[in-house]
Amino acid sequence: MSMEQLIDKYFRPGRLPHIWCPGCGNGIVTGAIVKAIDKLALEKDSVAVISGIGCSSRASGYLDFNTVHSAHGRALPVATGVKLADPSLNVVVVTGDGDATAIGGNHLIHAARRNIDMTVVLYNNSIYGMTGGQYSPMTPYGSKATTAPYATIEHDFDIAELAKAAGATFVARATTFHTQLLVDLIAKGIQHKGFSIIEAVSACPISFGRQNKLGGPADMMKWQRDHAVMLPAWNKLTEEQRSGKFPIGLLYEVTDRKEYTEAYDELIARAQGGNK
Amino acid sequence: MSKILLLQGNQAVVEGAIAAGVKFFGGYPITPSTEIAESLAERLPLVGGKFIQMEDEIASMGAIIGASLTGKKVMTATSGPGFSLKQELIGYACAAEIPLVIVNVQRVGPSTGQPTSPSQGDIMQARWGTHGDHWLIAITPASVPECFELTLRAYALSEKYRVPVILLMDEVIGHMREKIELPDNYDEIPQAERKQPDCAPADFKAYAADESLVPPMPPFGNGYRWHVTGLVHDETGFPKGAGSATKAAADRQYHKLYDHLDDIVQVENYCMEDAEYAIVAFGGAARTAYEAVDMARKEGIKAGLLRPITIWPFAENEIQKLAGKVKGILVHELNRGQYVYEVERAAAGKVPVYSYAKYDNEPATPAQLLAEFKKAMAL
Repeated sequence: MSMEQLIDKYFRPGRLPHIWCPGCGNGIVTGAIVKAIDKLALEKDSVAVISGIGCSSRASGYLDFNTVHSAHGRALPVATGVKLADPSLNVVVVTGDGDATAIGGNHLIHAARRNIDMTVVLYNNSIYGMTGGQYSPMTPYGSKATTAPYATIEHDFDIAELAKAAGATFVARATTFHTQLLVDLIAKGIQHKGFSIIEAVSACPISFGRQNKLGGPADMMKWQRDHAVMLPAWNKLTEEQRSGKFPIGLLYEVTDRKEYTEAYDELIARAQGGNK
Repeated sequence: MSKILLLQGNQAVVEGAIAAGVKFFGGYPITPSTEIAESLAERLPLVGGKFIQMEDEIASMGAIIGASLTGKKVMTATSGPGFSLKQELIGYACAAEIPLVIVNVQRVGPSTGQPTSPSQGDIMQARWGTHGDHWLIAITPASVPECFELTLRAYALSEKYRVPVILLMDEVIGHMREKIELPDNYDEIPQAERKQPDCAPADFKAYAADESLVPPMPPFGNGYRWHVTGLVHDETGFPKGAGSATKAAADRQYHKLYDHLDDIVQVENYCMEDAEYAIVAFGGAARTAYEAVDMARKEGIKAGLLRPITIWPFAENEIQKLAGKVKGILVHELNRGQYVYEVERAAAGKVPVYSYAKYDNEPATPAQLLAEFKKAMAL
């Protein structure tokens, strides 16, 4: 299906153009989500897209599913309520690096810990874009931001490692340069029974790129091409060779850990059977 | 058939929740409300419902918002500090018009305060805790049986008006044990229903309302793919920067409640028929007041009690009428004076309004209240 056809099918009529700046990667990530949903042939009524607050979180309003644009950092608790109350829904969480790992960081580790079946697409543009370029917990160490005029002295999260340690059972990363990979990983994440998270490394040329002199949108995508390494190749690199680079692909998956809503159904059966 | 039980107020709330058809509870432990979470953790799975202990108070509020979107009746329970943490999402639920019930068993504050002591210090927080213009309902039980009844009523109001309802308890009522008569079987209890759209999904505008001003609310997954947002939105549900949309949304959310005060606002009048002097008290403080009125009557003083059951919206008409009837009003509340200013405003100088504020970790005794009452009224 062409992007035009995908837009006709999955985007709400009259809601475009979007609010994102020229060169922003958010459109690529949002496009990847609908391509993944189309690939899986999910019924639109069966999909709930829940977002927080920030640039990426505006995606929910454009998409023709059951959608929630919740409060800053709170997409995951709202998504948890939706999924647990109606496990038949396919829940996709759209969030950003600030939304998911700063104000919503506590919810992220606990949703991962519960292994509740939902797919988090974390648009990582390295910055708070909506408010004009303040550093987030995923802003690379040493970068400039409007709130880090002398460069940030805070170390950034590796969200894949964090999610894995917290109990996520599907952890992946791609970039807006590696779009086919991104689509495939989101589709696999949706199919995965449990908590899946896909970090989508995205470019914010206006609020992050400019103050760090990273060039235009194309330059920032070339940076993604040159610094992202597919996992099999990454595994062969020495520590020295890995410096400044990051792995992409399906980084971690386990299937032997029970999913939360399934476990809850078993709990109900146990309780109703009179067993504690 | 019915059964007679000895229950705590918090337990009666749980019975009310089960009877009302609650199928989802998101909570976080906090004294003195924790019994509600503990009990629903056990009860909900038995009726096919879900209980989840979230990672914090904010998350528990988020979870019930999400669960309500699937059409379920939902509850959370907390106390002052947790209530503060929930406030942003309470505002969200007002703006997005999500039916849900928040139980706040008040304790002494501010901050961590005195967790096991009674207070009614969240009267103003219940009304104005979240930011921006917003309207909601808060109701306050004064007995264990009323905890059950008002929990049912909380769902009736919340579903009818698509609004968060705060069941504003206090520690006295939450932890007090009293006799309560409950039906053996809750199947015959009428269930509050959420209005559903009667148009085709293609014609559905999520926030378009009829003359009731309350928009229908289909559950997620049934074909009406609507958008929920805390951004100011027009009748389509999508954000709109226009000032006219902001004003229209605020006006409709105000009028959907304030045009129906007769339906929403309840007060109890005790010995008010021939009363010359009135006490206004609610919740745990009202328990002291019944007794103080009885004692005053024995002394030949024509005292009466007006007990607001609905705290918000404020019982404007009832207090105005009261001010036209009695010679003086004493407001007794377990805080340093919150509700009294509302009463004073509504009385508008027609009669003197006095305050007996009790804020030393203990409810007043009837004798203390009677003494304050007589002193205030110069009797």
